[in-house]
Parts: sequence; structure tokens; C-alpha cells
Amino acid sequence: MSLTPADVSRIAHLARLELSPAESDAMLGQLNGFFRIVEQMSAVDTRGVEPLYTPLAAVQPAALRLRDDGVTEADQRSANQASAPAVEDGLFLVPKVIE
Amino acid sequence: MVPWEPVIGLEVHVQLATRTKLFCGCEVSSADAPNSRVCPVCLGLPGALPVLNARAVDLAILSALALGCTVHRRSVFARKNYFYPDLPKGYQITQHDRPLATGGVLEWMGAGGPRRVRIARLHLEEDAGKSRHEGPEGPEGRTAVDFNRSGAPLAEIVTEADLDGAAAAADFFERLRELLVAVGATQGSMEEGHLRCDANVSLRPAGSDVLGTPVEVKNLNSFRYLERALDHEIERQAAILDAGGRVEHETRSWDLETGRTLAMRSKEEAHDYRFFREPDLPPLDVTAERVAALRARLPELPEARRARLAASFGLPEAAARQISGDAAAAAYFEAVVSAGLAPRQAANWITGEIARLLKEARLTIDEAPVSPCALARLVRQVEAGTISHGMAKEVLERMWRTGDDPEAIVASEGLARIADEDHLGAIVRQAVNANPKAVAQYRGGKTLVFGFFVGQVMKATGGKADPAIVNRLLARELEKA
Repeated sequence: MSLTPADVSRIAHLARLELSPAESDAMLGQLNGFFRIVEQMSAVDTRGVEPLYTPLAAVQPAALRLRDDGVTEADQRSANQASAPAVEDGLFLVPKVIE
Repeated sequence: MVPWEPVIGLEVHVQLATRTKLFCGCEVSSADAPNSRVCPVCLGLPGALPVLNARAVDLAILSALALGCTVHRRSVFARKNYFYPDLPKGYQITQHDRPLATGGVLEWMGAGGPRRVRIARLHLEEDAGKSRHEGPEGPEGRTAVDFNRSGAPLAEIVTEADLDGAAAAADFFERLRELLVAVGATQGSMEEGHLRCDANVSLRPAGSDVLGTPVEVKNLNSFRYLERALDHEIERQAAILDAGGRVEHETRSWDLETGRTLAMRSKEEAHDYRFFREPDLPPLDVTAERVAALRARLPELPEARRARLAASFGLPEAAARQISGDAAAAAYFEAVVSAGLAPRQAANWITGEIARLLKEARLTIDEAPVSPCALARLVRQVEAGTISHGMAKEVLERMWRTGDDPEAIVASEGLARIADEDHLGAIVRQAVNANPKAVAQYRGGKTLVFGFFVGQVMKATGGKADPAIVNRLLARELEKA
């Protein structure tokens, strides 16, 4: 399969990316390049092969590590908000969004 | 005209009762100053990595087992991608094609007979932050965001479309809350939004098995709103269909102010969430031993308890329901009964006075300052005729405040019913002698003034006179002349 320019513009919109026409063209070429690789891989017969959920599992047992339900974080609000463009009464301010 | 039949399925988000968030060690708390319970993980800062909370997994498994679901040996986390200011990573970590559990059922005894709703799935996911828009609380032209809730642990429970009306849906929501509180999975506070509900509603001609176009109604966060919103939505769709129209496939939001549902977005422009496996988290493997250990921890479930209480104590349905909803209330009830009180008496006091005092004091029943044994002793004094029922309520309030024994309060406050005939006889005579006009009226045939004399005696004794004895003595005194 290969993507169309309309696919690229839809994906860009979902990712909130603004692409110039030239960037769109370049992106279309790159994405279709990826899909060609995927198509090559799809040609391999994988019947009976257990899916690999993470590449980590190929080198070590990749069990999910769980943590105890204990509080480890202190209030770091001023540090967390130091780089925020706008704050008020401890709240982060962003441009108005109403669905 | 063919009547329409509603077909409803629910999605319920339940906040799990952990101390900390799903993927980081920030405390889960709603009462704190904004953004005081956040860290790089729940703020979505670059490089931060999620580490799953073991207790959240246990509570989700307990919920799944209580609902009779199959808990899967392996489940997989996924990213759900969308942009909103309260979702700082730009994706929510959830479970998509391989959820923690599937295929359960919730059964209960409804007002119109037994009810059965199938559970399609239960999965783990993180909550978003809270945004406030312009308004009394919000800043001008901006959206203000608090991330304290960002990353709080949720179980999302999805039902099959097995509900046939607004009342049944509200009933299910309430039974689900009761069940999940009973197994300790959630604190279940509706005020704090621990349970939040979305509904999929469609109508079809009664008797048909073809499904209509579903509409998703969001923000149904109390039992009452759920019922009102669904009633409204069912009426709205019926009006469209009756007029020969077509129901749009869309998402609507319940507006508390107007009592209506409003269109949020149509499904055609719905988000494409582009789910993919969460690369930061390997699959969650749950051993059969773990599931068995959790299953062994399941307490008696409310519906089983209700059936048992109704059957073994002969309680009326409403009382059995009220007491069985809460393990502590059921334990209190059974302790009062084993202290010697008749089950119906015990149920009346617990669902009446005790429930009222608990509500006033904002306490749970296991914090009640009056023990089951003390309550039983109090009520026994009513049964023995020592104090009146009304007096017993007063004594109970004193026991509640002071922690004293009922016998001690009755004795020290002189609350015991006055049944001494000599003592009462003197008071009766006094009442008769002090009111010659009323006596004349009575003897002239106006027997209604009898009540006036009873009132005088009660007033003189602070309401403690035994009414049967007063009636007898008064009649004798008035007939005398």
C-alpha cells in the first residue's frame, strides 16, 4: 500500500503539525519508504511465531516491573512551573480551549 | 404507532483506592493545592518513564473477579493519542486490544425482578488532569489546568448493551458502585467523581432485534443525573424517529443547568486515536497464583449478602438492601441480632436512628460511638416497658454523645417511665382538682376533654408517665363524682 497526499495531510492534522507543500511532498516520500520496508517484512511467513511485544524481550526477560503503592514524590510545584509560560494561583494557563 | 425500546450500554470509569497514581509515586488527593501532587511522569516531561502501581493492578483484578470476568494472563498497555491541555503527554496510557479482563456479568434483584447485565471488559488506564475554562473561576481568555488528578488510577468497565431503560441504567450504576466499594476497589465517593459514567443509547421498535444508531452521552456522574439524562435522550430520539427523522451518530453532553443533552461532536469528525502499543511498558503478566490469592480475598458480595439476610432473618426487601450494601452495616446488624434483638427491630433501628446519627456526624457505621451490644440493651428497655420509644431515641443520642451505658443514662436522668400508681394517682388527682371547669364539661358529656387531662399529666411528668396507667387512673378519677 502507499499513502496519498490526503493521507499525509490528515495525519499531520491529527498530530497538529503544519506542513508546507514542500514538506508534505518530502514527508510523503519518506513515509512511503517506511511502508515499502513494512511490505517486505510482511512477506515473511510468521505462522507459529509468538509476537514479540518489545525488542527488550529478545535480549532479556522483559517482565513488567511493578512498584509498591508508596508516596515517593514531594511537592515541587515552583520547580515544575519554573519553565511554564504562564501560571496563576498555582494553575498552568494555556490558550483557551473549549470543545 | 410502534413504541420504541431503548438499548443502553454503559462505560464507567472507577477511581481505584490507591495511595499513589498509576505510574508514579505522587499521592492521589483531590483536596490539595493545585499542581502540588505532580512530578515529571504525570506532567509528561521528556524522559520520564512510567512504573506501574502493583496495588492498582490488584484492585483492578479484584473488581474483575467480583464481576465474574476472566482475568487474562497477559494484558498490554497502549497509547491513545489526542491533544487536550489536561493531557500533557499528548497520549493517555490505557489498554486497548488486550485488556486486563473480559466477559463478566453483574446480576441483582431489581424492583421489577432479577436483572442481568453482561460486562464486556475491564481495563486499567490513567486519568487526565482537570481544566477550567473561562467563567467565575477561570481566567479571562485562558484555560487553567490542574494536574493533581493526572495519572490517577482508573478501571474502565464497559457493559454490553443489556440495559432497557434509564431507571435500569441508574440501578446498575448504583449496584456497581456498591460492589466495587464492597471489595475495597474504590472509595466510591460520587461527590469526588470516583465513578464517572458515559452511556451509549439507541432506540429500536419494540420487539425488534435490529440496533438503531447509537448516541454517546457523556458526563453522567450521579445516579440521578444518569437517569434524568437518559430519560431526556430517549425522549429526544423517540421524537426524531416518530417524526420520520434519522438519529445522528454523535457524542452529546449532559447539561445539568438545562436538563438537556447537547451535541458535542459528530462521529464523522470523531478523533482518530491512533492506538499503538506503549513502548515504555512491557506486557503485564498476571500469574494464576496471584489471581487465586486475590480471589481468596474477595469478601461476601452485596447481592449474596442481601439474599442471605432476607432469607435467614426474614427482613423486608428494602431493609435487606440497605443493610447488605455495606459489609460493616451487615456486621453491625448481625452483632445486634446476636445480642438478642429481633431482626426486624434491629433493622429498623439501624436503618432509622443509627443511619440518621451517622449521616449527621459524617461517620461510617464502624466508627459509630454506640456499640451493637449497647444498642441491643437500649432497645430491650423499650421492650421491657421501662422507657418509651420516644425516650429511647433521646437516650440513644446521649449514648452517642457520652458513650455511657443506656441503663446508667436512664437511671441518672430519671428517664424511666413512671409506672408507680400511687405517684401517678397523686398527679392525676392534682390535674382534676386544678381544672374544675374542664371536669364539669367532661361530666356534662364533652368526653373529648379527656385528652386535655392526659396532656396535663404528661406535662407534669415530663412525658414519662406510662400512658396506659394514666388513662385508667384518669377515667376512675373523673367518673368518681
